[in-house]
Amino acid sequence: MKALEINQLAKTYHNGVTALKGISFDVEAGDFFALLGPNGAGKTTTIGIITSLVNKSGGSVKVFGHDIDSELSAAKAEIGLVPQEFNFGVFEKIIHIVVNQAGYYGIPRKLAYQRAEIYLKKLGLWEKRDQAARNLSGGMKRRLMIARALVHKPRLLILDEPTAGVDIELRRSMWDFLKEINERGTTVILTTHYLEEAENLCRNIAIIDHGEIVENTRMRTLLDKLTMETFVLYLEEAMMEPPQLDGFTCRLADEYTLEVDIIKGQRVNDLFQQLSKLDIKATSMRNKANRLEELFIKMVYGKNNEEQQVSS
Amino acid sequence: MNRMKENYIAFQTILIKEVTRFIRIWSQTIVPPAITMTLYFVIFGGLIGKRVGQMGGFDYMQYIAPGLIMMSVITSSYANVVSSFFSSKFQRSIEELLVSPTPSAIVLLGFTLGGVVRGLLVGLMVTVVALFFTHLTIHHVLIMLSVVFLSAFLFSLAGLINGIFAKKFDDVNIIPVFVLTPLTYLGGVFYSISLLPSFWEHASRLNPILYMVSGFRYGMLGVSDINVVHAILVLLLFIVLLFGWAMWLLEKGVGIRT
Repeated sequence: MKALEINQLAKTYHNGVTALKGISFDVEAGDFFALLGPNGAGKTTTIGIITSLVNKSGGSVKVFGHDIDSELSAAKAEIGLVPQEFNFGVFEKIIHIVVNQAGYYGIPRKLAYQRAEIYLKKLGLWEKRDQAARNLSGGMKRRLMIARALVHKPRLLILDEPTAGVDIELRRSMWDFLKEINERGTTVILTTHYLEEAENLCRNIAIIDHGEIVENTRMRTLLDKLTMETFVLYLEEAMMEPPQLDGFTCRLADEYTLEVDIIKGQRVNDLFQQLSKLDIKATSMRNKANRLEELFIKMVYGKNNEEQQVSS
Repeated sequence: MNRMKENYIAFQTILIKEVTRFIRIWSQTIVPPAITMTLYFVIFGGLIGKRVGQMGGFDYMQYIAPGLIMMSVITSSYANVVSSFFSSKFQRSIEELLVSPTPSAIVLLGFTLGGVVRGLLVGLMVTVVALFFTHLTIHHVLIMLSVVFLSAFLFSLAGLINGIFAKKFDDVNIIPVFVLTPLTYLGGVFYSISLLPSFWEHASRLNPILYMVSGFRYGMLGVSDINVVHAILVLLLFIVLLFGWAMWLLEKGVGIRT
């Protein structure tokens, strides 16, 4: 079953800006789906239309089979939204924000309090429940929005840059939490600027740029498109010149750091064999850049650069 | 769970939220009207009123009391909804409602009845204040309650429409300052329109607030510048018009959706 079906979705704002040029993509139920794109690509507009915060100019959206044109209430009931910007009453108590949200979905107050307790405890906010939301830190406010989005138990959770401005520790704990939510059957759609996050969490991906879908595939398939990766090796002993490696291109970033390009099909084992022969010892190794990030830059910024060159 | 019950819970939630909000800031929402009205009673009723003598067969203080109560109900109802709705837009917390399945009619009723509750609460406080200065009677309780409820509802609707259109804090005050206050002062709160020259007496009949003040005064004192049936019909007419307009604006997403 499809959690989300978007067909020829278009949006032109009153000021004439066309944010979406007829995009189409589907999200399967149970998926962890990444919607990526640079700033202003149309991600938030897409989410706005799905959640009815933005009026569409054309096309159709179905949420678990419910068309937002004909069954809007049923479609809305399936969705939980964690928006990009804080959107709660800052003077309201945390517990009230969550309980009231449940009320808007028709959940009786007693049950709403029970659920609020569960999610606020899970997200480490229970002790702060009687404080006004304005007293929370940025990370806590993000967690509050996640608790609020989950209180009516949506089947589709949409997170618009949920970890923006969140420290690494909290980001990791949010990942674990989202993975757990997804494993329990909730479909998750995520937009993020942290491509490492998308690569770690998501199984399928759509990349949107200038209001158009430029890629929509499985994460694995997309990563397979990467033809070359650069690995960074930290050396035990200093080197003055890069070594001569058969079939590999390498360079020294500094005397203790060697960067090696590995083309698709080449083996890392071959690289290490050659390094051993030359008595070069590496203490650790990492990818120079996140793999998805490399592809993203190629697909989005590479294309834009080409367009700029053509137009100039 | 059926849709009706879900909608009722959503309505109840908005109403609780609205009432909690104005009670939390009681020093800004409940107390100031009581203080203002006390000053009106002291100055217009106590000091100036003694020189005015009787009006409509009642002491001046007694005559203006229903108008002052109604004035506080109208301004409080309006102010509650316009400020609450606009601050929801400003803080974007209105999105909590927009993404939920809550129908526009429930949003409308929740906000406006929140305004009605504040209006009636403030009206009750002003009535208590009035009792320290004058003797109040109830001529027709049903008419009195109907008029005060309908007036509070009407001005809550007007406040909601103002809140929908408001784009900045200044917009929240324009209508109360430039429209509501003059209409209220010229709506027979402090005088009977029968004292006015013929032209202004007729012109006053175009002021909807006159119908509310007169209707309420009739409920309390049994005297009115306007036929009470006309007063209630005018109130109902305006309510239907503003309700329809507010519903259309919410459905279209004016001021709240892009």
